[in-house]
Amino acid sequence: MIYFDNSATTKPDPNVLDSFIKVTQDFYGNPSSMHDLGKNAETLLRKAREQIANLLSVSNDEIIFTSGGTEGNNLAIKGIALQHQARGKHIITTQVEHPSVLLACEALEELGFQVTYLPVDNYGRISIEELENSITNETILVSVMYVNNEIGTIQPIEEIAAITNKYPKLFFHVDAVQAYGKIPINLNIDGIDFSTLSGHKIHGLKGTGLLYIKNGTILFPLLHGGGQEMKVRSGTENVAGIVALAKAMRIQLDHLNEDQKSLVEMKSELLRAIEKIDGTVVNTPTENAAPHIINFSIPRLKPEVVIHALEEHGIYISTKSACASKSPDKSSVLVACQKNDEVSRSGLRISLAYSNTLEEIKYFNQKLALVVNQLRKGIR
Amino acid sequence: MKQIYLDHAATTPMDPAVIDEMTDSLKNLYGNPSSIHSFGRKARQALDKVRRTTAKVIGADEKEVTFTSGGTEANNLALIGTAFRNKSKGNHIITTKIEHHAVLHAAEYLEKNGFRVTYLDVDKDGMLDVEKLKASLTQETILVSVMMVNNETGVFQPISEIGQLIKDHQAYFHTDAVQALGLTNIHVDNLSVDLLTVSSHKINGPKGLGVLYVKKGTKLDSRQHGGEQERKRRPGTENVAGIIGFGKALEIAEEKKQVRKETYLSFKELFLKILDKNEISYYINGSKNNTIEHIINLSFPGTNVESLLTNFDLEGIAASSGSACSAGSVEPSHVLVSMYGSENSRIINSIRFSFGLANDLSQVELAANKIAKIVKRLTK
Ligand SMILES: Cc1ncc(COP(=O)(O)O)c(C=O)c1O
Ligand SMILES: Cc1ncc(COP(=O)(O)O)c(C=O)c1O
Repeated sequence: MIYFDNSATTKPDPNVLDSFIKVTQDFYGNPSSMHDLGKNAETLLRKAREQIANLLSVSNDEIIFTSGGTEGNNLAIKGIALQHQARGKHIITTQVEHPSVLLACEALEELGFQVTYLPVDNYGRISIEELENSITNETILVSVMYVNNEIGTIQPIEEIAAITNKYPKLFFHVDAVQAYGKIPINLNIDGIDFSTLSGHKIHGLKGTGLLYIKNGTILFPLLHGGGQEMKVRSGTENVAGIVALAKAMRIQLDHLNEDQKSLVEMKSELLRAIEKIDGTVVNTPTENAAPHIINFSIPRLKPEVVIHALEEHGIYISTKSACASKSPDKSSVLVACQKNDEVSRSGLRISLAYSNTLEEIKYFNQKLALVVNQLRKGIR
Repeated sequence: MKQIYLDHAATTPMDPAVIDEMTDSLKNLYGNPSSIHSFGRKARQALDKVRRTTAKVIGADEKEVTFTSGGTEANNLALIGTAFRNKSKGNHIITTKIEHHAVLHAAEYLEKNGFRVTYLDVDKDGMLDVEKLKASLTQETILVSVMMVNNETGVFQPISEIGQLIKDHQAYFHTDAVQALGLTNIHVDNLSVDLLTVSSHKINGPKGLGVLYVKKGTKLDSRQHGGEQERKRRPGTENVAGIIGFGKALEIAEEKKQVRKETYLSFKELFLKILDKNEISYYINGSKNNTIEHIINLSFPGTNVESLLTNFDLEGIAASSGSACSAGSVEPSHVLVSMYGSENSRIINSIRFSFGLANDLSQVELAANKIAKIVKRLTK
């Protein structure tokens, strides 16, 4: 079995799983309880928060645990909008964000907010000038993803931060769900106020994640209740999931430091083979792209058909984002990159993990060529 | 010293069978349910199986089951989601003063947004008078939220009577059944509820997972936007392992319901018998007979909560003063205040004991004897 759909979700790391199991067995108390079992759970939670803060070079009280990337994005965007609407009602984001950002923004439009969805170039990148020109007196939030989940484009986050930093009343949120552990990121820079991470994209557990909130920024909570997570996010904490998240983050970062090169190698090997197949179009840019995502189109072949054909060889890849909606057959990200209809309809995504190997890549390359050949001939 | 955990209403240890089932799914069923390949489909099938189990247990249709990140989120979604969506029909909401903070704080948020909320008191037995509720209903009422079992006293509220009362009224009826699930028969039609909340970690399942039952036709805005998961009611990659864990916990709870009811009742009786034998003076807070088997809330005249809890803790007994979620502080219980007023000494000398999987008869006996000794010492 070759699993190349790691941007959709990943297999939990065995060490992460061990941590999870151990905590559920030995530390099942409610962190809000005052007795020993509660305090032990609370201590564990605090340690996980410290570890994570360390990994991100931020401070402990800047980490809020959530139920995942979708909640993190919703909390950042709506939390700012609802809390700071007196300052203005304009938000800037991009056309290629994850649906959890796009639809959170659309929901705010219904509440009277104005949203600018910045276009991108052929490579999926926004223009810094256009972003700066879109800022008005009314703008309270800029939300731009670090790495695009469909094609892997890296946005110029530090340049954007340099701009947002010039406007004191402007907040900047970065969806770093696909970036963490795959490219070096620095959240603790002037200009960045929030960042979203999700556990299940980095070999942690589904239903875990966090929002980095720069010290002192007040967010309107989406969940009201017991006042956990510094009152920003009520609900009994998923202690075992959080400890597992800390572990997963550490392991990912170790991988990034030690073997990012292996991802780069695997990616170039893939690209070499894909480009050799007649008529394929590579959608992932050659520059400013993350090393784990490769998006390409095989015009006139239905992506679902290619996926199922590969599946028969034990290979798992995907089309567009697992949960994108809008136009049912076209990738809205590829459309935003001004790809033609045929290319936008036939996008395929390979997404790698550090545990993938060059052998797997070679096997894949062989099978891809075979499958394309067979499908084009109409025989299967 | 081995802790005796008498705080199952705060949270419960996971059943070993639940941990096994989750571990297995984390190893083998890690696909994203939205993925179109077989990995994704298998995860989706597992998810839908639990959806069917859950639906069956509460007498619902599987389409009416929405998975959330916990009881807090489900309560928020129920209250805020229906209130905003049904604003055109009225702006009045009725709830009680003894609800969990996830309901109370959601209601307070709604008050800030132009809704009028009636918070009903309960009587000395901890019960809501249905006549009072009837008198509060107006043409403007759009939502009634009353919990099924109170988390501090364990007292049952007259849910099916309320259900009958407002069946023909426009108001939706929500019940927080977090403390009821597992030891009570819950049938949404018999109760005539439109919305019902449960939480997994209270029935020996994982933390970070809950369910909102939403009756077909109920109009509700989602609180979180993103992908198309949970019929768009609750977007975000599904916590597959958590859902599977919850499903297992629910199956076990249903299977063992009768045995557990009898067991916990016998614990409670033994516990009180030992206190009686030691001539400890105490009051039971709340009706003695209309109370769920696993919770008992006792007032010890002449003592105070802090010293009781400290001494219990030193003796290895984990109990609590009401809700764990009041994040760390021993604030007077809003539930007891509603029952006895804010001047009554019961609000400063009461402890909640709650039984469950971590207990056996000999532990309960040991704990009761230790507690008797402590109370004697403190009241000497
Ligand atoms: C860029 C990006 N943001 C947000 C999310 C949402 O995260 P989650 O699945 O944890 O809700 C995803 C993945 O689905 C993603 O790829
Ligand atoms: C009655 C009641 N409702 C809601 C909740 C909140 O559930 P969760 O802890 O899953 O957020 C709890 C427990 O904390 C509870 O006892």
